[in-house]
Amino acid sequence: MRSMRVVCASAVAVGLLMTGSRAAAQDAQALRQEIDQLRRDFETLKQQYGDRLTALEAKLAVAQGTPPAQPGAAQPTAPVPPGAEGAGGPTGALPVYGGAVSGSKVFNPDIAVIGDFLGAVGKNDLHPDPFGPGPFPSALQMHESEASFQAVVDPYARGDFFMSFGQEGVELEEGYVTFTSLPGGLLTKVGKIRGAFGKVNAMHNHVLPWTDRPLVTNNLVGGEDGISDAAISVARLIPNPWLFLEATGQVFRGDAGPEDQPLFRAAKRSDLSYVGHLRGYHDITENSNLDFGFSYAHGHNTSGEADIVERGRFTTSLSGVDATFRWRPLQRSIYHSFVGRTEWIWSRRDQPNGLQSGSGLYVSGDYQFARRWFAGARLDRSNRADDALLVDTGGSVVLTFWPSEFSQVRGQFRRTNYADAPSANEFLFQFQFSIGAHGAHPF
Amino acid sequence: MKFLSALTIALSFVPLSARAQGKLNVITTTEDLASIAREVAGDRASIESLARGYQDPHYVEPKPSFILKLQKADVLVVVGRELELGWLPPLIQQSRNGRIQPGADGYLDASLHAEILEVPQGQITRAMGDVHPLGNPHYWLDPENGKRIAKDEAEKFAQLRPNDRAYFEQRLADFTTRLDAAQKRWLGMMAPYRGTKVVTYHRSFPNFARRFGLDIIGYVEPRPGIPPTPQHTLDLINEMKRQNVKLILVEPYFDLKTPNSIARGTGGMVLVMPPSVGGVKDVTDYFKLFDYDIDLLITAIKKTTTSTGP
Repeated sequence: MRSMRVVCASAVAVGLLMTGSRAAAQDAQALRQEIDQLRRDFETLKQQYGDRLTALEAKLAVAQGTPPAQPGAAQPTAPVPPGAEGAGGPTGALPVYGGAVSGSKVFNPDIAVIGDFLGAVGKNDLHPDPFGPGPFPSALQMHESEASFQAVVDPYARGDFFMSFGQEGVELEEGYVTFTSLPGGLLTKVGKIRGAFGKVNAMHNHVLPWTDRPLVTNNLVGGEDGISDAAISVARLIPNPWLFLEATGQVFRGDAGPEDQPLFRAAKRSDLSYVGHLRGYHDITENSNLDFGFSYAHGHNTSGEADIVERGRFTTSLSGVDATFRWRPLQRSIYHSFVGRTEWIWSRRDQPNGLQSGSGLYVSGDYQFARRWFAGARLDRSNRADDALLVDTGGSVVLTFWPSEFSQVRGQFRRTNYADAPSANEFLFQFQFSIGAHGAHPF
Repeated sequence: MKFLSALTIALSFVPLSARAQGKLNVITTTEDLASIAREVAGDRASIESLARGYQDPHYVEPKPSFILKLQKADVLVVVGRELELGWLPPLIQQSRNGRIQPGADGYLDASLHAEILEVPQGQITRAMGDVHPLGNPHYWLDPENGKRIAKDEAEKFAQLRPNDRAYFEQRLADFTTRLDAAQKRWLGMMAPYRGTKVVTYHRSFPNFARRFGLDIIGYVEPRPGIPPTPQHTLDLINEMKRQNVKLILVEPYFDLKTPNSIARGTGGMVLVMPPSVGGVKDVTDYFKLFDYDIDLLITAIKKTTTSTGP
């Protein structure tokens, strides 16, 4: 760079000299030669520097993992802006940088992140972590950050990924391909899927109408983790003149529920678990509808795991009935609505000490009384899966505020009467916020 | 995989040849698109809309009963510009109907040739409310866009029913002629009132206002999709007083409490103005939508100018 400056300076100096004293005709020839020589030197130097720069750029590109620009390869170009040409500005076509790269962004998936912050006040001896099975007390927690990536794969399929960044690390909450137009009206999903057992099991945290999950979900269906595993799922509509009827069959690897208290656990490859679901839906009026379902799940449990012979011998079967009634007046749909829901679940858990037959249920109602306000209540009752003599009961009242479609503040008062521990009165609160692509509204 | 795609292709051919004879089964997301489709398709198609005209088209419930309708559809016509973003994608996904998946032959985005206003410039964030990055999706409220929608629909129907091409084209020409005549009449009716200043609840009327010469000076919503706040309402009342604005246009699905209090504060008038076919009982087709809205406006303008005028 420095030598370039020297050359420039000398060129200017020579120019000055030329206009100065040595204006005589005989000197002009010599001077011209001198200038020509200088110009040639300058061009050579420029060429050398240019080559060295190109070589350096190529090295840099290799180091960064991108191929060096191919000379002669078609580069997108743009015209020189009017007025700039000739006046010392560039001539010809200008290269356009980043064109090819930004074009490829079109195919990036829709990305969104939903943050779920939870807090708890009050005492709970049995579950110090009010939102999970963990043994650690937790008053405040960034419970989950769910990142979703969704896009169309090709004309036959779409892909959906939901990554959950929780307290214990990153987990693939769901990640599956959906074949949208298979013959025979089959809707097929392959990947990690939340099982279609009832309503709550299939819900992600951010679409729950409460801060927590019902007692029956925690006691009998594997809690927040629930039936969620590598699976193949096939759903078909059953044509009939009266109502929407959909049958779903799912085959899972055989692991479900949290690590320390699993619902299903496969001891060998053939220990698959199965979920079957029949969903009916009917519009009662244009403002109200009824959604109901029957579910069944079957898999191997961990009882008898200590004994190498008995391992994987015992199974758990779950049956469930769910019903959801929705009311939403079409013309005032953004201001008022009511959703009433209930799920009844029966569990038959085979254990070395005999069959444990338990059951549980919740009943809940949520009323939207203003555009951004919802009030709700829930009643809980459930046996324990591994000891059907124990019965937990509980109740909650919930108030939810939506500052906008993209955020939510919720408070919940929860009382739980445990069969084998002191009752707990807790106030739970939640802040939820979403950024990125606008997702579909939950139904 | 090859076998599977061969099977898919083979199977999709069988019903296609059978379907080619029958009536086209058209599903639209809104009643406006359905009304225009009826104009161009006549008796060669059965046409149904998912949303009702008196419903906020941003917030339609994705009911499973809609899946059954989409399952049988040959064509799905959508407003586009992300209007149906919150409810349509899961329905299409579960429809098990390859014909109407985005990008397939039976999927028609009616906005592609329409004139779209309010396309945001520069950086946008959700701090601006629920902005539509692809521009204002309420574009059908301009007869010129109505003609463009009709043309796209006719072309789509003709593509799927080549034998009926002449029929669709003739009906399109007829619709265009009638709409041109009606537009001329509507423009004539509105001519004396061009430049009338109004306030609207949501940004549903930019295309209508531009075509018929209304000047929208503010909105009841402080930002798109954000409900009114006391401070914004107060500012709006002051601005309306300053500019002597008397008309507040409200879509049928919004609460009238705030608009009524603005009307009281300004001595103005609230007009429940349907932005869609089916928004009120009498508006049964695309022509009646403009007939109704323009009548409503002119009556109100006359009333407010005689009561407050010199």
